[in-house]
Amino acid sequence: MKRLGNNRNLTGLLFVSPWIIGFLVFTAFPLLYSLFLSFQEVKITTDGIKTNFVSFGNYEYAFSVDGTFVDRVLKYLEEMVISVPIIIVFSLIIALLLNQKIKFRGLFRTIFFLPVIIASGPVIKELIDQGITTIPSIEQYAIYQALSDNPDGFFNGILLYLIKNLIVILWYSGVQILIFLAALQKMDKQIFEAAKIDGASNWEFFWKITLPSLTPMIIVNLIYTIVTYSVFSLNPIIEHIQKNMFKVNTGYGYASALSWIYFLIIAAALAIAVGVMTVKRKKKYT
Amino acid sequence: MQTKTQQVNKYYLKTKRMFLGMQGTDGLLYKLLIYGLLVGIGFVYLYPLLYMGVYSFKSLDDLLNPLVNWIPTQFYTGNYEQANKVLNFFSTLMETLYVTVLPALAQTAVAAVVGYGLARFDFRGKKIMFVLVLATFIIPPQVTLIPRYIFFNELNILGSLSAFLLPATFGQGLNSAIFILIFYQFFRAVPKALEEAAQLDGAGHFRIFFTIALPMALPAIIISFLFSFVWYWNETYLAAIYFGDALTTLPLQLQKFVATYQQMFPAEMGVSGGNQLNEGIKMAGTVLSILPLLIVYFITQRWFVEGVDRSGITGE
Repeated sequence: MKRLGNNRNLTGLLFVSPWIIGFLVFTAFPLLYSLFLSFQEVKITTDGIKTNFVSFGNYEYAFSVDGTFVDRVLKYLEEMVISVPIIIVFSLIIALLLNQKIKFRGLFRTIFFLPVIIASGPVIKELIDQGITTIPSIEQYAIYQALSDNPDGFFNGILLYLIKNLIVILWYSGVQILIFLAALQKMDKQIFEAAKIDGASNWEFFWKITLPSLTPMIIVNLIYTIVTYSVFSLNPIIEHIQKNMFKVNTGYGYASALSWIYFLIIAAALAIAVGVMTVKRKKKYT
Repeated sequence: MQTKTQQVNKYYLKTKRMFLGMQGTDGLLYKLLIYGLLVGIGFVYLYPLLYMGVYSFKSLDDLLNPLVNWIPTQFYTGNYEQANKVLNFFSTLMETLYVTVLPALAQTAVAAVVGYGLARFDFRGKKIMFVLVLATFIIPPQVTLIPRYIFFNELNILGSLSAFLLPATFGQGLNSAIFILIFYQFFRAVPKALEEAAQLDGAGHFRIFFTIALPMALPAIIISFLFSFVWYWNETYLAAIYFGDALTTLPLQLQKFVATYQQMFPAEMGVSGGNQLNEGIKMAGTVLSILPLLIVYFITQRWFVEGVDRSGITGE
């Protein structure tokens, strides 16, 4: 009996072994190696790569000398803080709408998922260049003009950003809508009926039952949104890292440091987002 | 008097019921609101596509004419002819398929094997491995990019398909974690009875996997393949770095559209119009570069939508 157990153990490992090898070779080792590189000055010579230990030099350079990087990180964070909640709320609303008894649900679902298929970096860039990603003919409205006359204010900046990129922001929400919709459709109809009998209105039902039971899905969507938003190829930080990778005076070492800083920022953003959601959830139940 | 107010009340209630419904969810007003919102938002979603489609058929006269907005005066295909030349459409399409289909196949195959291993067997360190699989999803590709670049350079596979294929074959391709998760959920949901019967008949684990488990997993295979196909297709950042100039894809060609165009049709000084790159040609190029994906999507959209359900993130 014990032998059979061992056997199963081994077969299981055999099945997952491609992944383990791949993880070690293509993920774990590169991860450590780029961490190592981030503390080095890397020179590419004819006999290979020469490294020179510079301690935290690259990291100091990123925050003190390289103004572009800090600027872009701040802008990225600002845009993410604005966009991510909008994407989540918007996809939740769409999912709620699609969850009603409506005709053509399939058609609408197809439309809302379409951007996931075609939204590659160059296509989005082309659309932004053509100015198609704004609300149609928004320039004619007085609000827009009032806003663009003084774009320095905090709220004005946010609103302008929203107006200019509304369609792109909405285009990010295809997968999230489907995740919410799938969760909504799996909800037990009996709870709804029971709440109805107890006299709960739709409004109360949404806030007290639907939303709390969706919290895990909100967390999943938060993670998904932040990750896809951060690794999208139009992201200016990614562009900056790539540029530094092939620059002579900065090179691989500095680019590695930048990518590690970026990685840590993403991880921190994820931790904060998930943390906020779980704290909120606990409060509700106590 | 009393009856009259009652009468009015009755009508009031009746109309109220018609517009607001009995439960608040079946009234006319409510329906109108929902359909209105859906159609409105749907339009906003499709607006860029409509715009692209319309502009790609506009001749230069139509583009310059402010009166021509949504309907071009003539069905002008010249933009497509030029965009086709700039993109070098058919040979680029073949190349794109080459660099997307093969990694997608490899990724799907390995995700099936690994997902099966995770779903059906217990081994030491399985929980740790599970956490690591999920962790690979949040590691941005930029962090591992440089070491991989150096590594591939030493293996001399930069600029060849292997730069995509090799990580995919070992479960480290684009979003591999999601595909492993899809197969894991799928195999866990399939009852074990059939496999146990086969085992009693003396079939080995690998035979069971290939002859029983894999054929059952057809939906998961299709879903994984389609998603990884689309994601590899749209990946331009890694493709640009790993492939350099050796291989190209439609999105990459679109990225270089303006430069290529100016090289092919050098602007003649003093002559306006004629050879100049205009919106119409650019839009035609964009449409051409997404057209294959659109066709694939409209044929297979059911699988895409189901894919999200199958990943099991909604919990069973």
